[in-house]
Amino acid sequence: MTNPRLLRAALPFLTLAFVLTATFYVQPRTMSYFGLNLMLQYAVPIALATIAQMFIITVNDLDLSIGPFVGLVGVIAATVLNSNPVLGASALMACVLAYGVVGALIHVRNLPSIVVTLGLSFVWLGIAVMMLPSPGGKAPAVLKAIMTVQTPYVPFPILAAVAIGLVVHLALMTTSFGVVARGAGGNPKALDRAGWSMLGTKVVMYMLAGLFGLLAGLALLGLTTSADAHVADRYTLYSIAGVILGGGEFIGGRINPIGAVAGALTLALAGAFLIFLRISPDWQIGAQGAVLIIVLALRALAGSREKSS
Amino acid sequence: MKGLLSRLLGQPWVGSFLAAGLVWLLAVVFAGGHGGGEILSSALAFATFTVIVGLGQMMVITTGPGNVDLSIPATMTLSGVIAMKLMDTESALILVGIAAAMGASFLVGVANYGLIRLLRIPPIIATLSSSFLVLSTAISIGRGLRIKPPAPLADFATARAFGVPFAAIAVAALAAIIGLTLKHTIYGRTVAAIGQNERAAWLAGLDVRRTRFATYVLSAMLAGLCGVLQSGFSGGSALNMGDDFLLASIAVVVIGGTSVAGGRGNVPGIWGAALFMYLLVTMLNIFGASPGVRLVMTGLIIIAVIAVAGSENPRRA
Repeated sequence: MTNPRLLRAALPFLTLAFVLTATFYVQPRTMSYFGLNLMLQYAVPIALATIAQMFIITVNDLDLSIGPFVGLVGVIAATVLNSNPVLGASALMACVLAYGVVGALIHVRNLPSIVVTLGLSFVWLGIAVMMLPSPGGKAPAVLKAIMTVQTPYVPFPILAAVAIGLVVHLALMTTSFGVVARGAGGNPKALDRAGWSMLGTKVVMYMLAGLFGLLAGLALLGLTTSADAHVADRYTLYSIAGVILGGGEFIGGRINPIGAVAGALTLALAGAFLIFLRISPDWQIGAQGAVLIIVLALRALAGSREKSS
Repeated sequence: MKGLLSRLLGQPWVGSFLAAGLVWLLAVVFAGGHGGGEILSSALAFATFTVIVGLGQMMVITTGPGNVDLSIPATMTLSGVIAMKLMDTESALILVGIAAAMGASFLVGVANYGLIRLLRIPPIIATLSSSFLVLSTAISIGRGLRIKPPAPLADFATARAFGVPFAAIAVAALAAIIGLTLKHTIYGRTVAAIGQNERAAWLAGLDVRRTRFATYVLSAMLAGLCGVLQSGFSGGSALNMGDDFLLASIAVVVIGGTSVAGGRGNVPGIWGAALFMYLLVTMLNIFGASPGVRLVMTGLIIIAVIAVAGSENPRRA
C-alpha cells in the first residue's frame, strides 16, 4: 500500500506529469525547446499570481482581486512607468502598500476577506480603466527582453518557475517567519497568546501577495507588450485553482509553494493541451473546471485513506 | 411613539433605505429637481433582478461562514440561454422554456451541494468549479446568438403600472414569502441555527444536510428565475448577462444588514441595498462620472460599508 500522505504530496506533480505526457502524445512536436517555451511562457505570470494568492490563503483568507490587480500593474507599467519612471515606480509601490493596508483592515475589523477583496477588485479595475480606457500603452523594453530571453538548454519559463517555487519554499517552509505565517492560518489564537503579532503577520503576508501580484503584472506585460485593464480578469480563478491543484488547503495554513507552481504550470499546459485535442473553445473553461473537480475528487479519496490509515 | 421610532432605527435594514433615499435626493437635486419619479421607477425595475439573486445568496450566506454561491452568474446565463432557445420567440412555448430553465437551475444546485458534500471542499471552490462547467454548457448551447424573448414574456418583464414594474411587485411578494419562511418555518429557523453554530444545530437533532441542500438548490433556482426574467427584460439572453451579479448579489446581502458570519438573515435590507446600488450608479452618471470612477466608487462603498458594519465581534487589537 502506498503511503497516503506521500500520495497527497505527489499529486500536484503527478497531475503535471500526466498533462505533460498527454500533450507530448497528442502533439509530439511540442517536445522541444521551442515547443515548451511557447506552451509555458504564460505559466510565469500565472505562477507568480498563484504564489500571491497562496500568501493570502496561508492566513485563511481569499483574494478575489488579484486578477484586476495584475491588470492594473500592467496598465501602470505600460503608461506612467514609461513616461515618468519615478512616478510609475512609486505608484507600483503604493499598490503593494495598499495591499498591506487592506490586510490590516481585514484583520483589525475581523472582516470576511471575500467581500472586501471583491470590492477591492472594482477599485483596481476602475483605476486601470481610468488610466487606460482602451487597450494600449507600451511595455518597457527591459520587461520584453527578460520575458523573451533564450536561456541555454532549458527554456526560460521552466527555469523561472523552478526559481519562484524554490525561493518561496525556502522563505515559507524553512524560516521562523514562515512557521509563524503558516501558524497564523493553523491556530492564530495560540500564536497570538505566544506573543506573535497576528496583525503584523497578516500585513506582511498581504504585502507579499501584492509584491507577487506586481511581479505577475510585469511578467504578463513583458509577454503581451501592450496593456489592457481586463487582460488578467481570469487570473483570480487561475490563482485559486493553481493553489488548490498544488495541494494547498483553504484553511489551516497547509500550503505547498512548489506544488502551487506545479499547479500553475498544469493550468497553463491544460490550455494548450485542450487546443491540441481540438476541444471546441466553448468547453475550454468547462474543461478547466472539470480538471479542478477531478483533482479535488482524487484528493478527497487520498484524504479519506489518510484518515482511515 | 418614540419607542417605535427608536426600535425602527435599530433595525439592521433601515440604513440601506436611508442611504438609498439620500442618494436619490442628491441625484434629483443635481438634476435640477426633475425626473425623480422616473429615476425611482427604473431603480425599482433594475433592483428587482438584484433582489432575486440576493435572496438566494442571503439564504446561502446565512448558513454560516464560508458559505457563498459563486455560481450565480453562470446559472443565470445558463437559464436565460436555455429559456430563450426553447421558447424560440414562440409565445406557446413560454412555459416549456421556463420549466426547462428552472430544471437546469435545479440540477446546478444539486451539483453544487453534491460537490460540497462528496468532495468535502469549501462551498467557494465547489461553486466556482461548477460555475466553469455551467458557463461552458451555456456557451455551447447559446453559441453567442441572441434570441429574442416571446412578446408576452418581454411585456411582463417590462410592464409598469403607475411607474411600478409588475416584476418588482411580484418579487416583493416573493421576498415577503422568503422573509416569512426564514422567520417562521422549521426550514428557515434551521438555516439560521446552522449559521449560528452548525454543531449545536446538529446535536439538537436538526437536519443539517437536507437544509443546506435545500438552500443551495433555492439559490440556484432563484438565479435561474432571474436569468429568465432578465432575458425577457433586456431583449434576449447574452453570455455575459450574469457578470455584474456576482458582486451585486453579495453586496446587497452585506449592505442590507445580513450577518456575513451567518446565522442572521435580513430580507427588507436586500431591497434597500439593491435600490441604493442602482441609485448610486444613476447619481454618478448624472454627475458625469466616467466608467472608471463609477467602478472605483462602487468598490470603495462596499468596502466602507463592510468596514463600518463589520462583524459582530471585531478583534480587540
